[in-house]
Amino acid sequence: MTAWQRSSTSNGNPAPVLSVRNLEVRYFTRAGTVQAVRDVSFDLRPGESIALIGESGCGKTTLGLALLRLLPKGARIVDGEIRYRRRDGQVIDVLQLDQEEIRRFRWQECAMVFQGALNALNPVLRIWDQMLDTARAHAALSRDEVRERSERLLRMVQLEPERVLNAYPHELSGGMRQRVMIAMSLLLDPQIIIYDEPTTALDILTQRAIIEVLRSLREQLDFSMLFISHDLPLAAELADRVATMYAGKIIEVGDVREIFYNPRHPYTLGLIKAVPPIVGELYDISSIPGTPPNLIEPPPGCSFHPRCPYARERCAREMPPLYEVGALHTSACHYWQEVKLERQVVETGD
Amino acid sequence: MDDVSLSLEAGEVLCLVGESGSGKTTTGKIVAGLLKPTSGSVRFRGQDIWQMDKAQFKAYRRAVQIVHQDPYASLNPIHTVFTILAAPLQRHGMVRSRAEAVRRVVELLETVDLTPPESFLFKYPHQLSGGQRQRVSIARALTVNPELIVADEATSMVDVSIRVSLLNTLQRLRDELGVGFLFITHDLAIAKYFAWHGRIAVMYLGRVVEFSPTPALINDPQHPYTRALLAAIPEPDPDLTRRKGKLQLRSLDIPSLLHIPPGCSFHPRCPLFEAGLCDVQRPDLVPIDEKRLVACHVVARERTGTIAKHMASPVGISSNPMIGADRGEYGKESS
Repeated sequence: MTAWQRSSTSNGNPAPVLSVRNLEVRYFTRAGTVQAVRDVSFDLRPGESIALIGESGCGKTTLGLALLRLLPKGARIVDGEIRYRRRDGQVIDVLQLDQEEIRRFRWQECAMVFQGALNALNPVLRIWDQMLDTARAHAALSRDEVRERSERLLRMVQLEPERVLNAYPHELSGGMRQRVMIAMSLLLDPQIIIYDEPTTALDILTQRAIIEVLRSLREQLDFSMLFISHDLPLAAELADRVATMYAGKIIEVGDVREIFYNPRHPYTLGLIKAVPPIVGELYDISSIPGTPPNLIEPPPGCSFHPRCPYARERCAREMPPLYEVGALHTSACHYWQEVKLERQVVETGD
Repeated sequence: MDDVSLSLEAGEVLCLVGESGSGKTTTGKIVAGLLKPTSGSVRFRGQDIWQMDKAQFKAYRRAVQIVHQDPYASLNPIHTVFTILAAPLQRHGMVRSRAEAVRRVVELLETVDLTPPESFLFKYPHQLSGGQRQRVSIARALTVNPELIVADEATSMVDVSIRVSLLNTLQRLRDELGVGFLFITHDLAIAKYFAWHGRIAVMYLGRVVEFSPTPALINDPQHPYTRALLAAIPEPDPDLTRRKGKLQLRSLDIPSLLHIPPGCSFHPRCPLFEAGLCDVQRPDLVPIDEKRLVACHVVARERTGTIAKHMASPVGISSNPMIGADRGEYGKESS
C-alpha cells in the first residue's frame, strides 16, 4: 500500500490508472506448482499504451487474465496487489471486489479482447444481440443508448453499422470480426483495454487495418491500452512503453525507443536480434540458444542464465532486481552495462 | 490456383509468399506430386510427372520431399524418433541392416543439429519441443536424399528465438547438400532472410503477381499488391515503422475465392486501378526487365515505356539468384 502510494505521486507523472505490485500467480497441477507470474509490478498511466512482449509460455496471457480475475480453474493469485483508479479518482483494490463488483469492473472499467477473438463471438447471435447482451450484462444502459454507441464505435473501426449489426459472425471476415471485438471492448467506455495478440492470425493488410484502427481510436477516445504480443514489430508500432517478460517475470521495462535501440537485458536483445527489419539490407540475425525453462522449477538466480551469453557464476546464485538503467528504464540483469545492441549488415542489395 | 507457372533450378531457393487463401500451399502440394492439377502440368527434368510410369513417379516422389507446417500433427505420436526415421530408409531400401539404419539415423540427427543423437533416438514426439519436432520432420525428409524440399510454413509454429536456428539449419542443408527449396511462407521477413540469394514469387488469390530476385522484390517492389504488403508490414523499429509510407488501398475486403473479380483479381483494392482495363483484361505475368516478372497492366506499360531510363539507373538487382548445375527444371502450368 505504501509502496503504491509513493509511486503514484513521485516524479510528477499523473497517477497510474492501474498499479500492479508483486503479483504472483500459480497453476496447481498434478505435475507440480507452476509459477506462471512471479513478482510482477508495473504501472499503467492514463492514455498510455504498454506492450507486454515475450514468447509462448512466459506468463503474459496469465498476467492479462489475472488483472481481470479471469484465471481458469486451478490457477490462483497467491500474492500481490492490483489497484485501479476510477475516473472519479477513487482507488479500488481489484483483488477485494466481490462477484457483482468484479462483473461490473470487467467491460465497464477494464475490457479484454482475447486471442482468438474470432471464436469469442457467439455464432448463433447477430452482432447487435451480442452488443446488447454485453452492455446489459455489465451496465445499466437503455436499448437506444446501446444502439447509438454501437453504431458510433463500429463507424470508428471502419465498419458499416447497418450491415454489421444485422450480420451473424460467420458472415464477416476475420478482420471484420476482430474490429467488431474492438468496438465491443469500447462499448462501456472502459479506461483500460487489454488486447491479447490483437493481430495474430490475420493477414498482413488486415493487420495493418487493425493497427490503424487502434491508433485512431487512441487519438479519439481516452483509454489506456495493455497489449500482449509475441510480435515485436507490433510493439514498435503501437506501444509507448514496452515490458519484456521471461519465465513469469518482467525483466525489462522502458520507453519503446529505449527498448528497441538500447535494450539492456540480454533476453530483450536476443529477441530484437532474432527479428530483422524487412526493408533494406540483409541484417545478421541470431537465435537465442536453448529453450525457455520449466516454470515448475525455474532455474535459481536469474532464470535466463542457462541461455545467456553474458552469464557468470553470480547469475546462477543471485536473482537480479530491476536495476535503474536509464530514464524510466529498468532491467533485471546484473551485467546490464555490458549489454549493447549492434546490428551487423551481412549484405547490401548491390 | 489459376495459371501458375514457375521454374526452379537444381539447388535453387524459391520462396512462395502469399496470404491465407492465396494458393501457396496448393501450389506446394502440386509440386510435391501430392495433388494433381486440374489442368496444366508439372515437369521434372522436362518430363510431365503425371505421364510418368510407376517407377519414374516413385523416383520423383523421392526426389521431392515436403515438410509440413505443424510438427505436432505430422509425426506419428506412437513411434520413436528412430522408428520415424528408419521406416523410410527401410522402405526405400536405403539401408540393409538395423545396424546400418542406426548409423544412418544418427547421421541424419546430426545433420539437423539434434545432438547428441543418442539422446533423441528413442524419444517420442511428445517429449520434444516444437523446434526439435520440426527438426525430426526435416531429418525425415532427408532420409531419401531429396533434390528438392517443399517447406510449407515450416518455421511458422515455433517461437522467434528458435526460428532463426531452424532457418540456419535449412540454409546449411542448402549449402552443404545442395538441396533446392520451395519455401512457402506468409512472412516476408523470413522469405527475405532465407531466399536472399534466390527468388520470391508473390501470390494473390491463386495467381503469381510478381516473381523477382529477392533483394529487388524487397527493396524495389513493382506490383501494387507487393508494394502494399511491404508498406503494411510493421517493422521491429519504432522510428522506421512509424514513418513508413503506407499505401492506401481502395478496399479492405479480400474477395472470396468463389467469386474472384474479373480482369486483374487485385483491381477492387488496387490504387493504380484503371477502369476499362484492369477490370476487364487479365494481366499476364510479363518480364519488365531481364530478371523480374510482374502481372500488372499499369506497371508493365510504364516500365516498358521507360525501360531505357531504368537501365541507366539500375534498381537494386545485383546478387545473382543462386543457380545450381543445370540439371533440369521443375515447371508447372495450369489454367
